[in-house]
Amino acid sequence: MALIELIEVRKSYRLGELVVPVLKGVSLQVEQGELVSLMGASGSGKSTLMNILGCLDRPTSGQYWLDGREISQLSADQRAMLRNSKLGFVFQNFNLLPRTSALDNVAMPLSYGEANLSESEARQRAQEMLALVGLQDRVHHEPNQLSGGQQQRVAIARSLVNRPQVLLADEPTGNLDSKTSEDILSLFQKLNQEGGITIILVTHDPMVARHGRRTIHIHDGLVVEGAYAAEGDAARREPSPEATL
Amino acid sequence: MNTLRTTATALKALRRNPMRALLTTLGIVIGVGAVIAMMEIGSGSSAALQDAISSMGANVLMIQPGTASSGGISFGAGSVTTLTPGDAEALAKQCPALRGVAPEVRARTQVVYGNRNWVPSWMTGTTPVYLEVANWSMAEGDFFTERDVLAANKVCVLGQTVVRELFQGESPIGKEIRVKNVSFRVVGMLASKGANMMGMDQDDILLAPWTTLKYRVTGSTLTTANQSAAASTASGADTSGAINTLSKIYPGQASLYPERSAAQLANNPMPVRFENIDRMMAAAKDAASVPAAIDQITSVLRERHRIRPGDPADFNIRDMTEMTKTLASTSNLMTNLLLSVAMISLLVGGVGIMNIMLVSVTERTREIGLRMAVGARGRDILRQFLVEAVLLCLLGGAMGIIFGHGGSKLVQAVLGWPVATSPGAIAASVLVAASVGIVFGFYPAWRASRLDPIDALRYE
Ligand SMILES: Nc1ncnc2c1ncn2[C@@H]1O[C@H](COP(=O)(O)OP(=O)(O)OP(=O)(O)O)[C@@H](O)[C@H]1O
Ligand SMILES: [Mg+2]
Repeated sequence: MALIELIEVRKSYRLGELVVPVLKGVSLQVEQGELVSLMGASGSGKSTLMNILGCLDRPTSGQYWLDGREISQLSADQRAMLRNSKLGFVFQNFNLLPRTSALDNVAMPLSYGEANLSESEARQRAQEMLALVGLQDRVHHEPNQLSGGQQQRVAIARSLVNRPQVLLADEPTGNLDSKTSEDILSLFQKLNQEGGITIILVTHDPMVARHGRRTIHIHDGLVVEGAYAAEGDAARREPSPEATL
Repeated sequence: MNTLRTTATALKALRRNPMRALLTTLGIVIGVGAVIAMMEIGSGSSAALQDAISSMGANVLMIQPGTASSGGISFGAGSVTTLTPGDAEALAKQCPALRGVAPEVRARTQVVYGNRNWVPSWMTGTTPVYLEVANWSMAEGDFFTERDVLAANKVCVLGQTVVRELFQGESPIGKEIRVKNVSFRVVGMLASKGANMMGMDQDDILLAPWTTLKYRVTGSTLTTANQSAAASTASGADTSGAINTLSKIYPGQASLYPERSAAQLANNPMPVRFENIDRMMAAAKDAASVPAAIDQITSVLRERHRIRPGDPADFNIRDMTEMTKTLASTSNLMTNLLLSVAMISLLVGGVGIMNIMLVSVTERTREIGLRMAVGARGRDILRQFLVEAVLLCLLGGAMGIIFGHGGSKLVQAVLGWPVATSPGAIAASVLVAASVGIVFGFYPAWRASRLDPIDALRYE
């Protein structure tokens, strides 16, 4: 059985009287150890899907199986535990705690875990993670003393600190220049290959998507998967990056 | 998430904005400070008031002989003479609630020194224990002694007013004054006491051994002296009659003794001494033991006077309980009033905490969302904000204790007000500060814990 399986997942937002359907029955599978890129036009529902995958949001209907458990029926606390232990989330806008050192930012998820590490163990673990993303000499810097790429790497270290099975990254390089993006993406590749972490990556950039082994295209709330798929505009069809390899 | 780490996290969160934390706690600082200062000044002043009350004689009991009545006509308090110095000694021995009992023999007559004369408001014959019972002290010289009482020595102690009137700035110690042609040596001068609760000058007093005053000066009780003042000064026969036992029992009878001249009487006081005193002054250990003292005195005296149960007592006891109660309740009222004002400021401080915590929750919505996104549960968030609020209040409380204590010490140093440190108030205000934190921190913390992670993350 696949690590992640979505079956007919629908999500609609309610704006007053109006019901806005965003996901219109998404079904997909991701195996353990995959590096998947998620592409689609702006507003196609990528972030919505990622939030559901990250257990931050619940689908309106449909099933979400994660590691053999059906998630959409879990309580808020159970989902919190799951986010803490199994999932790592990297945000487009980093979302670091202001005026808090990189070390404390990275160690933050540890204080909510069941592992209950001691203070020194937690610092040790956070330091390891910062070393993994190459920031061992920026441990005591606060977010406003770090470059954008460094901040994103702190955020990645934070998402890895609980040794998650799945890393979800919603446009992790959206705010970074191409050189830095490249660094971050090779970091993801390294984590995927060496650490065996399953990674799902949202991007607009086909060059970024090329780092993934598989690309899932979302168009207007539906998955369009295959050798060729719509990237945003259906009229502008082109072979998927995977196909060109 | 353990409490220690929660506290560390809360401290870090507070340190991110120290100025705001400081201003937030200001209400608590002022509230707790005011409570501490109020309590310390209040308990100091009530202790001082207690002192003042006891120096004014609130724990003093007056034991007077009962009322004589004949054919339905009452002669007023003190019209029978049933109290003896023996009663005073027995009371002092047998009543544990009493500090001391002084017999009193009263007279009112002229005092002469040189070419000046004066009639003191009080001329009291007593024993050395009087000084302690009346809570008085000496300004100069010594009080007369037990020996003087036994020997009926002609010594006296004067109050400041008498000294001023007779001596005009001279030291009275060792001088001889004349009281009704009896020469008294002044051995001491009392400290100034001022007016009593009735507005009478308590320093206008002459104190002498009761034996001296009774047997050498008045030769009678105050009662008989007053009732037959003219007669007793006119004839020596009446004087002897006044101290004759039988004439008390069978008034109007002929004298049983041969008449003696005034000179004879002065030189040789009558060998038959009818021992009775005008009244006794007893001091209870403190104002609180006054009721116990009254009970003990009543039972001892009833037994000594052989009064059957149910029969009316031949004495009565007066105390100042009402006065004490009034004064104490006034001071309690003031303290409580000030305390409630201080409590209101604590309440206002709590509302301030709630206000800032609500702002803080709104401001940190994204942080809350982020913490939830990495696995914080609602109760973790609740605890974090609650601990922050309590921590703020405790910090404020600690500062308040320091300021309140310092303030009351300052008041003591600058204004000279009495102040008493009260550990109870400190413990109570720590408790109150923590509860203010919990009560007023709960709502904002609860709001924070109810946030949806995805909404919180998207919050602008
Ligand atoms: N809370 C919400 N309430 C109502 N509509 C929403 C809400 N969140 C998202 N939407 C709508 O859902 C649709 C998909 O949004 P989503 O954020 O998933 O797009 P996206 O694919 O991530 O786009 P982008 O590439 O620009 O980030 C949009 O049309 C958006 O207006
Ligand atoms: Mg998006």
